[in-house]
Amino acid sequence: MWETIIGLEVHTQLRTKSKIFSSASTDFGSEQNTQACAIDLGLPGVLPVLNKDVVFMAIKFGLAINGKIAKKSIFARKNYFYPDLPKGYQISQYELPIVESGSINIFHKDKSKKIGITRAHLEEDAGKSVHDLFDDKSAIDLNRAGTPLIEIVSEPDIRSAEEAVIYLKKLHSLVRYLEISDGNMEQGSFRCDANVSVKKNTDKKLGIRAEIKNINSFKFVENAINFEVNRQINLLENGNSVIQETRLYDPIKNETRPMRSKEEANDYRYFPDPDLLPVVIDSSMIEKIKSDMPELPDKRLERFIKSYKLSEYDANILIADKFLANYFEETLKANNLESKIVANWIITEILALAKKSNIDTENFPVEPNNLNELLVFVKDDIISSKQAKEILQRMWLKGEKANTIIEKEGFQQISDSTELDKIVENVLKNNYKSVEEYMSGKTKLFGFFVGQVMKETEGKANPKIVNELLRGKLDKKC
Amino acid sequence: MYNKTLVELREEIVTKKVSSYELTKYFLERIKKFDKEINSFITITEEYALKTAKKIDQEISKNNMRALSGIPLAQKDIFCTENVKTTCGSKMLESFVSPYDATVVKKLKNAGSVMLGKTNMDEFAMGSSNETSFFGEVKNPWNFEYVPGGSSGGSASSVAARLVPCSTGTDTGGSIRQPASLCGVSGIKPTYGRVSRYGMIAFASSLDQAGVFAKTAKDCALLLTEIAGYDEKDSTSAEEKVINYFDICTKKFKPITIGVPEEFLDGLDNEVRKVFDDAIEIFKKEGCKIKKINLSNSKLGVSAYQVVAPAECSSNLSRYDGVRYGYRAKNVSDLEDLYKRSRSEGFGKEVKRRILVGTYALSAGYYDAYYLKAQKIRQLITNDFLEAFKNVDLILGPTTPDTAFKIGSKANDPIAMYLSDVYTVSANLAGLPAMSIPMGFKNELPLGLQIIGSHFDEDKILSLASHFQEITNWHDHQPKQKLLGLD
Amino acid sequence: MDKKTTLKIADLAKIEISNNELEEIASNLTKILKLVDEMNTISTDNIEPMAHPLNFTQRLRKDEVLENNQRNEFQKNCKYTDDGYYIVPKIID
Repeated sequence: MWETIIGLEVHTQLRTKSKIFSSASTDFGSEQNTQACAIDLGLPGVLPVLNKDVVFMAIKFGLAINGKIAKKSIFARKNYFYPDLPKGYQISQYELPIVESGSINIFHKDKSKKIGITRAHLEEDAGKSVHDLFDDKSAIDLNRAGTPLIEIVSEPDIRSAEEAVIYLKKLHSLVRYLEISDGNMEQGSFRCDANVSVKKNTDKKLGIRAEIKNINSFKFVENAINFEVNRQINLLENGNSVIQETRLYDPIKNETRPMRSKEEANDYRYFPDPDLLPVVIDSSMIEKIKSDMPELPDKRLERFIKSYKLSEYDANILIADKFLANYFEETLKANNLESKIVANWIITEILALAKKSNIDTENFPVEPNNLNELLVFVKDDIISSKQAKEILQRMWLKGEKANTIIEKEGFQQISDSTELDKIVENVLKNNYKSVEEYMSGKTKLFGFFVGQVMKETEGKANPKIVNELLRGKLDKKC
Repeated sequence: MYNKTLVELREEIVTKKVSSYELTKYFLERIKKFDKEINSFITITEEYALKTAKKIDQEISKNNMRALSGIPLAQKDIFCTENVKTTCGSKMLESFVSPYDATVVKKLKNAGSVMLGKTNMDEFAMGSSNETSFFGEVKNPWNFEYVPGGSSGGSASSVAARLVPCSTGTDTGGSIRQPASLCGVSGIKPTYGRVSRYGMIAFASSLDQAGVFAKTAKDCALLLTEIAGYDEKDSTSAEEKVINYFDICTKKFKPITIGVPEEFLDGLDNEVRKVFDDAIEIFKKEGCKIKKINLSNSKLGVSAYQVVAPAECSSNLSRYDGVRYGYRAKNVSDLEDLYKRSRSEGFGKEVKRRILVGTYALSAGYYDAYYLKAQKIRQLITNDFLEAFKNVDLILGPTTPDTAFKIGSKANDPIAMYLSDVYTVSANLAGLPAMSIPMGFKNELPLGLQIIGSHFDEDKILSLASHFQEITNWHDHQPKQKLLGLD
Repeated sequence: MDKKTTLKIADLAKIEISNNELEEIASNLTKILKLVDEMNTISTDNIEPMAHPLNFTQRLRKDEVLENNQRNEFQKNCKYTDDGYYIVPKIID
């Protein structure tokens, strides 16, 4: 009887070399305050100049969500005091954002659903305040100040924590497809605020919402929303009311709690930034960017299902990440393998290795052509699948090629029938008691004989041939 | 030497009658000897100046001449100067040393000029009398009991006192033209965007514009040619081509059509009116057509200005929070205390007043009634001008309603102070170029003639002004002050 | 502009106003707002607000890194640094 209403605001750092309004580097992880130039520090007299790539990236995003690209958009100042905000205002967009009214489709419980995107606007990131470095004081690092962000604001179209995560993953996949963001959540380049409220099914009016700030993983988004929804329902069921406030998610305690520092009623006094002029985007600029657009996830999904005959499930896993999908297609490129087999190997083996070693899809240590070579060995019965899995692990860890490992470690499969015939003969001779039992009807023992052959060959015997030989010999004895 | 114009000094340098070092030394001596009377400088950069002058002399000896080689000048202390204190007239920046040069400073350095020091000004350029400076009031060289005007009071006063041949200034609501008028010197505020604002400490970003002071319009033209132009560091700077304004001034004057707005003469002081009418008579004689025009919305100029300027300043001055540079209050208890005390102790009364007005005008529920309304009035004022410029080439009027006022007489009456900008603010609101040149005296205090042009018509303004100065000699008058070594 | 509003605005602007200044400041602000209110003597219906004096549009800068580390230079203007950080009183979140 309770309905959950969720709207998400996602802040994505754009992947530019220099900052949105200055020529300082945006590299992550540099020594404190070494990448904050005069403009980022807000020294007296400095002025902002807009980075071209930032505008191009925003247009790319706008096109990808079928949004309206503003012919004229305006930068505004959002005024508030905080030590990591050097100018005492953040340059952002308020009226006339660069992108408006787009949407993306998500798939949940076998159904497609459209989530509206109200707007996407450009702004500068703030620096960082470090509170736990010194006992008695807070430390300010302004390297991040001025890093370009696109803030993507959804409509309140999301109805559950699960949907929220699917929407976020889709958005994350999209910005990576567009190559406008690395989407690195640990480094804070993809952050989310969630506006959560609940209401009775029968109520028309929306409930009072709480805003949960700065959640930086998919799992936390799910947990934070679920906690918040329960908290609000509990309040309402006990006759209390929800207050509109900003809350913080604590992943250790798995709870949300009110944020003290941002508690005061903020009056941001937005007004057009007089240091920046209107950004005018003409249709030729849009056309040019359109012609450079990469294939987007939805299109790719369709194509993967159709031309590779993949299940929707498998295809979804592959296309969710641009680099993974590329990896799949690269591995298939030589056209000597079955697409389903390659998909299986990538989804089960490669992803497991990636997860275990915490390597992202952009940086797999095994090149697609090397994976291809390995799988061709399997196809040609040179090695068994089991061996291939072992070899793949070594390839992953040591960066060696499949054939090198096979030669060096003698991984070659024994498929020579004459050689195997001798081994099978020996196994049957040495286990004559079991052969007798088999012949008296204990056919389950067949596996035992296969195992013995494998033991003799250190697992190198081609199981298909071993099977054939054993059957032939045992049947003859019967 | 002190009464020579820039054009004359340049000639002396080119012909090697005087060296840059001698000239620099000469003016530095004057500053050191006489500035204590008028307090027009905050910082004197003697060591830097002498070193630079020597370098320039070496260049000159190799016949390597630049546009302003060896010309001594003063920078308003609102322009950031590398390795030199840049205070903006405020306790907030009392010990701030800029790590970079403003574009204007860089351009004037590149032109071969020699900076002698940084001039006094109203705090953060907020004021019309130079009384709001943390470094003390500046005096009018014509009469030490009077204000020099503001905010570029030190720049105007130092040129009037012949301590420097020229100086830079900035004009947000009249801060070049009003002190030029009250001190009897020539000063031009170019079109908004004509000169880069990079490195010029912001007061009201959509109104601020850098300009220059000198004895004559030709001197101003010489300087403007050097500082004008597009700057990739300032998004609002104009890509319009720069003309050699000095060359324009040397060409034969062609009569033009002059507009005189009735609104600028309504209720004007009789004596000021007489001086102005005399100036107009001269142009008539020169064959110019005089047309009465109407700028009916300009009467709301001060009201709109007192919203737009404080609103932008309230935001521009938020960066002075005591965290990264500038004044920080001692023994603060927490962050809030750090902010509030640093800003309250670091800023003076007038600056705080404007920050409060601006914060109010932008705050929730008032934005439309104040800020948006003011921006609409601004459009109406601009429309009036553009309409007028369809029929006239330039618009003339008095720069100020009256001559300089006594120090202290308006210090506690912000409204009276604001109204002294009544004729100047409109040009800023519309972004138009405007100039003030001496046009006569009332009670032995100078009065300025304001010439307003259409966007990027600095050439027309300077041409008219320099022609006026060929016919009249008001610009040659200088205060007869023994205490300034002038007689 | 009453005293309460004055204090609220001062808080937004992070300006401290002592009790003995409050009266004067509030009264001056009231006078200024009265001057400003003259704007209401004319109608501005259908007039576009003017944010910039010229009808220019924003130029776009090439995305390239041109700045190098000048931390030491910049921090010469700040007495309150430690290990390259700017230092402020402890903030409790």
